[in-house]
Formats: sequence, C-alpha cells, structure tokens
Amino acid sequence: MSFSKTVEITETSADTRRITVTVNGTPRVVEVEPRLLLVHLLREGLALRGTHIGCDTTNCGACTVLHDGNPIKSCTMLAVQADGHEITTVEGLGTPSELDPVQEGFHREHGLQCGFCTPGMMMAARALLDREPDPSEEDVRWALSGNLCRCTGYQNIVKAVLWAADKQRGAQPAEEDAR
Amino acid sequence: MYPAKFAYEAPRSIQELLDLLARHGDDAKVLAGGQSLVPMLKLRFAAPELVVDINGVPGLDHLTEDPDGTLRVGALCRHVTLERSALLAAEYPVMAAAAPLVADPMVRSRGTMVGSICHADPQGDWASVLMALGGHIVAMGPRGKRPIAMTDFVVGPFQNALQPGEFAYEAVVPPPVGQRTGTYLKLERRVGDFATVGVAVSLEHSGGRVVRAGIALTGVGPATINAADAADVLVGKPLSEETVEQAARLAAEAAQPQADHRGSVEYKRHVVATFVRRGLARGEVVAA
Repeated sequence: MSFSKTVEITETSADTRRITVTVNGTPRVVEVEPRLLLVHLLREGLALRGTHIGCDTTNCGACTVLHDGNPIKSCTMLAVQADGHEITTVEGLGTPSELDPVQEGFHREHGLQCGFCTPGMMMAARALLDREPDPSEEDVRWALSGNLCRCTGYQNIVKAVLWAADKQRGAQPAEEDAR
Repeated sequence: MYPAKFAYEAPRSIQELLDLLARHGDDAKVLAGGQSLVPMLKLRFAAPELVVDINGVPGLDHLTEDPDGTLRVGALCRHVTLERSALLAAEYPVMAAAAPLVADPMVRSRGTMVGSICHADPQGDWASVLMALGGHIVAMGPRGKRPIAMTDFVVGPFQNALQPGEFAYEAVVPPPVGQRTGTYLKLERRVGDFATVGVAVSLEHSGGRVVRAGIALTGVGPATINAADAADVLVGKPLSEETVEQAARLAAEAAQPQADHRGSVEYKRHVVATFVRRGLARGEVVAA
C-alpha cells in the first residue's frame, strides 16, 4: 500500500480531474479520467485489492464497498463521483490483531469456501449491522440478497453475520449448529 | 470494462445544469444514480460526448407531500429512501410494495426512481407503479417546467419523451380521491433479475365503491403497459368476484409478452391474470 497521499492514476491532462476521496479514513488526492470506475481506482490506483471484480456487470456484489456508509457496487460508479465522499473497503474493516466482528464471524462460522465473494459479503453485512444491530435471519438474507456466492449455499454466511451481530451487541454468540 | 471516453461535468445548481444541457443538447447524458447508465457506458451501448452528473445539484433529492396530498419524488431520491419511508409505508401501498423489489440492496443505495423511469426499460418497476397511480413526470428545460403524463412519458423501449435540453426534475403522484389500496407484485427468477412479470394495481375507494383504479404491467411488452380497460371495469362499483375476474382477463389480454428463457407467452399472461387477482384481493378496505 502506498503511503503517498497523492496517487497519479494517469498523467495530469485536460482529460483528467483532481479529486479527493477519503478511503478508509485517509484523504487521498488522485488524478482520474472521468471514465475510470471506482473499483479500478481502489484496486489499481490505491493498490487496495481486497475489493474484487466479479461479474463487472452490476450483478454479483463482489465489488461492494461502503459509500458514506451505504453499500454500493464499486464497478457501477465512476471514481470521479466519489469526490468529497468517504469510501470504506474491506481493508478498512479491521486489522489482523483486531478483527471487525463481521470478519471474526466469517472466521468462526466458516462463512466462505473459495473466498472470492467474501469482501463484498462482509461489506454488505457491515452496512446491515451499522443500521440494524439485532437483525433476524430474514434481515440478513435480505441485506445480502445482492451478493452472490457460488460455493457455500449461504448457510454459513448467514450464521457468520448473526454471530457478528451477537458479538457486537455483547451477547454471547451462539455456538456452531446451536441455532 | 471501461466506458468509451467522455467529458464530465458536475454542475452545482439547477441553472448550471440547464445551461449545460442547453449547450450540449442530445450529446449530453444526465447521470443520477447511474445504476442503468454506468452499465450501459461500460458495455458501450451508450457513448455520450458529455456526462452531466447531477449528484451535486442541491434541491433534487426531495420526497415530500404537499398539503393537498400531492407526492413529489425528486430526481435524486434514491430507491432506499423510498424503501425506508414511513410516509410511503402509511399512505402509498403500491409504492411501498415496489420499493424493496427494485434490483438489490446495493443498487437501491444508489439508483433513483426518476432515473429508472427515464431509462424506460420495459422491465423497470417504477414506470408501472407511477402509471397505475395516474402520476406524471415534471420535465424541466430552458422554458421552465412541464408535466408529462406517465402514460405519455415512455415512447418506446429505452426511449422517453424528454426533449433535448430538458431533464426529469421529479415524479409526481396526484392526491387521492378516496382511500388508497393496492400493491405491486413481481415474479423474478432470483433477486436482482429483471421482472418476468410485474403488475401494479392501485385502487381508491370511497363510499363502498372503487372511485379510481390503475393497472400497469412490467416486462410483458415493448414498453410499460397501461391496462386501462382492466382498470376501468372496476370503477364506479364495489369490488366483486365478477369485476375482479373481468379485470384479470382484460389485463392478460393487454399484455404483449414474448416467449424467452423466463417463460412462454401463455405462462406470462397467466401470471398477469393471477397477479391482478391477488393484487385486487388485497384491495378490499377493511373498515371504511
């Protein structure tokens, strides 16, 4: 990850714009072509490769990030539109020593198999728990309904998010298969 | 996928927006939520010279009700705002039913009702809803605002009635003439897929009779279908088994579905009739 606050995505020219985007709490000043997608700015410009490109056609949700706290598909927004806004990616969720409850839940409940959809799943889950700290199973399934997983059949993903909700509220998370 | 190159402007006022549209006319494309436009840019189905991003224009994100009961939904009012609106949940059953069925949660975070209607996809949900409610779009251009009835707004698949230099300022639902009931029903293969069939049913009741009715169909024709004959048989009398059956039959006849991977013509017509029956079953007023 670059520690430079200015990242030249492309050479400054008449075709580019200088924007300031707060990514995971750090303001980043970048020069972007208007047609650059937010996901490309994150992955290529800012070397934050935790955000995955799945379908690239607004279907799968693998590229989900938070935009001012709301889950959005970063393949379906222009980077230039993020000017003046806050973006949170999976890298902003927690650290290896201090995981976000959502990350811990995916770990504890094995909410993944191949892992490709996981960053998007976790960001959508984070947005849900920020808004609804005590979701029902149906709330979780509804909130994740735009995120496709081709491996798990979703059971453990849902359990992981419910585990995270319990943990975050300070309740004793239910043990595996106890639900 | 990268869109083709385009110039980009982000006006900061309605006047700046109108000036840009006046200067660039048909070469400019308005970007609101971008959930239809950005995919089209990426696939290069659209390659405008100029993208005019209206997200920084103040005064376009309203969701308000006038004292007379007219509902106004601004060009930047997102699906999620409608989905979570207490006003819609209390007073606008068709809109409240439709809002959570649009696309998926991430698309609803960004996308807008007005943008979806402007996109004029025959499979878009909001056009049917606004049509069933007897609503209109307010276009704004160099000569001010003008209303365009929803029945006139979609002129073909992916074509709307806005003139060069105009943008869609807001969607408007007229005040009710009776107690509102109705719903929006949608058959989709999975969340986020386009509607195989969608049906908007809107009723207004007064004195034990239906005083206004609207039925509109999603995804079963080259554009949103206004099933006016089906709605008309309901007006002026109480709901009865007989009128419900007539409406279901007329709506199925109004549909112009094509057979595709989502189903046969017969199947889609059958779903239209079933949805009209179900929608009207929810249309009874519990206590007047």
